[in-house]
Amino acid sequence: MPHVAVRDLSVTYEGKIGFKSTTVEIPDACITAVIGPSGCGKSTFLRCLNRLIDNTPGARVQGEVLIDGTNIYDPGTDLSALRKKLGLLSQRPQVLPMSIYDNVAYGPRIHGTRRRAELDDIVRKQLEVAGLWEEVHDRLHQPARQLSLGQQQRLCLARGLAVEPEVLLCDEPTASLDPVSSGHVEERLIELKSEYTIVLVTHMLRQAHRLADYVLFMYMGELVEEGPADELFSNPRDERTRDYVAGTIS
Amino acid sequence: MRRRLEEVGFRTLMLMALLSVVGALMLLIMVVAINGARALNWEMVSQVPTGGYYLAGGGGVLNAITGSLALAVTATVVAILFALPVALFLQSDYGGRTRFAVVVRTYLDLLWGIPPIVYGAFGFTLMLYMGLRASLLGGVIALTFVELPIMARAMEEVLRTIPRALKEASYALGATRWETMRWVVLRQAMPGLVTAVLLAFGQGIGNAAAVLFTAGYTDNLPRSLFEPVASLPLAVFFQLGTPFPEVQERAYASALILLVIVLVISIKSRLLGRLLSKHNVLD
Amino acid sequence: MISRIFPRLMQERSATATIWLLSFAVPLLTVGLAIGLTLRSLPILRDNSLIDLLTRTTWRPMAGEFGFLPFIVGTIAVTLVAMVISAPICLLAALHLAEYAGSQTRTLLRPLVDLLAGIPAVVYGLFGILVVVPAVGRYIAPFAESHLYFVPWLSPQQHATGYSILAGGMVLALMVSPFIISVAEDALQAIPVGVREASLSLGATSWETSKYVSLRAALPGLVGAVVLGFSRTLGETMAVLMVVGNVAQIPESIFDSAYPLTALIANNYGEMMSIPLFDSALMLASLLLLVVVAFFNFAAQMLVLAVRKRAGE
Repeated sequence: MPHVAVRDLSVTYEGKIGFKSTTVEIPDACITAVIGPSGCGKSTFLRCLNRLIDNTPGARVQGEVLIDGTNIYDPGTDLSALRKKLGLLSQRPQVLPMSIYDNVAYGPRIHGTRRRAELDDIVRKQLEVAGLWEEVHDRLHQPARQLSLGQQQRLCLARGLAVEPEVLLCDEPTASLDPVSSGHVEERLIELKSEYTIVLVTHMLRQAHRLADYVLFMYMGELVEEGPADELFSNPRDERTRDYVAGTIS
Repeated sequence: MRRRLEEVGFRTLMLMALLSVVGALMLLIMVVAINGARALNWEMVSQVPTGGYYLAGGGGVLNAITGSLALAVTATVVAILFALPVALFLQSDYGGRTRFAVVVRTYLDLLWGIPPIVYGAFGFTLMLYMGLRASLLGGVIALTFVELPIMARAMEEVLRTIPRALKEASYALGATRWETMRWVVLRQAMPGLVTAVLLAFGQGIGNAAAVLFTAGYTDNLPRSLFEPVASLPLAVFFQLGTPFPEVQERAYASALILLVIVLVISIKSRLLGRLLSKHNVLD
Repeated sequence: MISRIFPRLMQERSATATIWLLSFAVPLLTVGLAIGLTLRSLPILRDNSLIDLLTRTTWRPMAGEFGFLPFIVGTIAVTLVAMVISAPICLLAALHLAEYAGSQTRTLLRPLVDLLAGIPAVVYGLFGILVVVPAVGRYIAPFAESHLYFVPWLSPQQHATGYSILAGGMVLALMVSPFIISVAEDALQAIPVGVREASLSLGATSWETSKYVSLRAALPGLVGAVVLGFSRTLGETMAVLMVVGNVAQIPESIFDSAYPLTALIANNYGEMMSIPLFDSALMLASLLLLVVVAFFNFAAQMLVLAVRKRAGE
């Protein structure tokens, strides 16, 4: 049983279709890219996995999302524990209004880690994993806002990793970054994929080529095709996938 | 467990806070409505006070209703003449990026904060100095001071929401600044501007402190700019001050009339805003 | 061609000139007001030192004694009571409205709050006389007398009529609350959704997100809301005048009557002409109000700037 499995999941926004009934299993310990043109429902799909969709007014979810075998849409689900398991890297880096250190320590503190030494270790370790330690170790207590966008996004990655998730949900994590910063973030994701199940939403085909081991292609609210990356890119079965991969539709 | 407890505790607290504020305000409206409705009748709104009115004789507060409308309408019109240019000026198309705009904004904030009683008292001194007595004109001047900053600030906020690209589309067609303002900006902003005007009007008509000395009080209908006028807030205030329960009851009725006028204007401004926005290109 | 452009150009120029010219009115009016008030308060300052005026407690205009302290204390006391009551309640209510209420509740309540912010002061004053004053006199004061007699400020020192600092504070708290809620909610709404979601996705609960993220991110706006509410309360006249009792004394508890500066001006202005210096004294009172309000506006802006700098924006 993989960490993430989706059964008959569908979303409607005030009657309009977000995406149609979808069943899929996300393979562990690799990067799964969700590709498709904007508005195809891929971000909505991602938001269902950690139930952030709950905060969207008018959205109705049907079906099941199994995280480690438990349906997270069962009533009585502990949202806090669930979201601790699933880290999120959003489109724009969303740093919290506090220092660099406190951004990383935020999650562990919430979940009960209080000892300073322990927090220091976590902050250092995760900033190193995110490849940011060298750049910020001498100004940990300055506002996170002062970092460049690319650094902010890596900070968000470190912050997400600090709560020791099993899954990383990435919603176009490089969309607002310059090419160099994007490269940094991509490198990190490749390094992390042996330990985490990574779901990467992207509308950049080339990024999916570079990073993905497994690919889901969504089109107009429908999961059209899924498969290992090389197979899907070199030999798509569905016509729409072929057109999208070839660049004739977008 | 402690986390769950804190979560539930504060959520309850927040809900209670909101309910208590809204509840208290609803209670206020109910108390005024119930007490006011008892003394309210056709005579109250259709006649001026007769000789023995303040000794519980006959008559009504038509003088105050018309007086308040005259004061607030005139003051609002005068305030528009200043507030609209100031709001236009504060856009980047005119002086918005200059140092002078910072000055104007600062002083506008200051004017906005000055208590109406200060305007009233100062206005009165000024009138004495100029040999004027309490009159419609004096009240209008004091009320204009009260309304101007409210209106200008609200208008500026409305104009700030006009997208740059919309103005640029007009400039790109060769329109001058004024033409862009006149035909694009003001049109797009019209619903918001109307709301701003009515907001200021509502504040003006309900203000007692500013007109207390400047407008005076009279049992007559407003006749000229240079004679005293009555106003509803002061009608409430003075009638409450008499020792006769019947007259005090009329204060409740006057308060209800005032409350209804203010609420109707406020609701109207919202509806009007929606009506006027039919040509708007952006939501 | 020129003939067609010319009127347009003229129109453009005159419009620009008008707009600039009328904008000068704002600073001119303000400065004129300040100068006028200062000039009119000079006579009393010539005979008395400002320090004396502000610290003396006797108010006997007929004898030429003008001690402002009771009025200053009255203003501060009423304003503080109002803020102690309204600030926490309003911030919690705004938080609920911004982050917990469903979208339907919000679309219903938000316009209602704005609507209530427009209710005239005399109506609040009337409500104070009909409901708040009797409640204080009949229930709250006796309760405090029997249960809180050991707490300074909170136990009635004399027979309580209800016309008191507490009644004034409560009426003002109610009056200023739609305003504070409205400004505070705007500040909370301005926080990007993504920041809250970032916190939620780390497993923080809604309240934890509000506490550590929203309150922090919106702090400048929330501080601004409270300070603006404070300065509004300070200058309110009619509502407080009607319920606060208007006795020129240094109050010993919140159940005593007080006499705020605004009420002093409103109650005495008509009759001041016959007494020497009275009119100058009241102008000085107006000037004091103006200076204090200007100070708080300034302080609010500085605070907002300082907080913003610390947040690194």
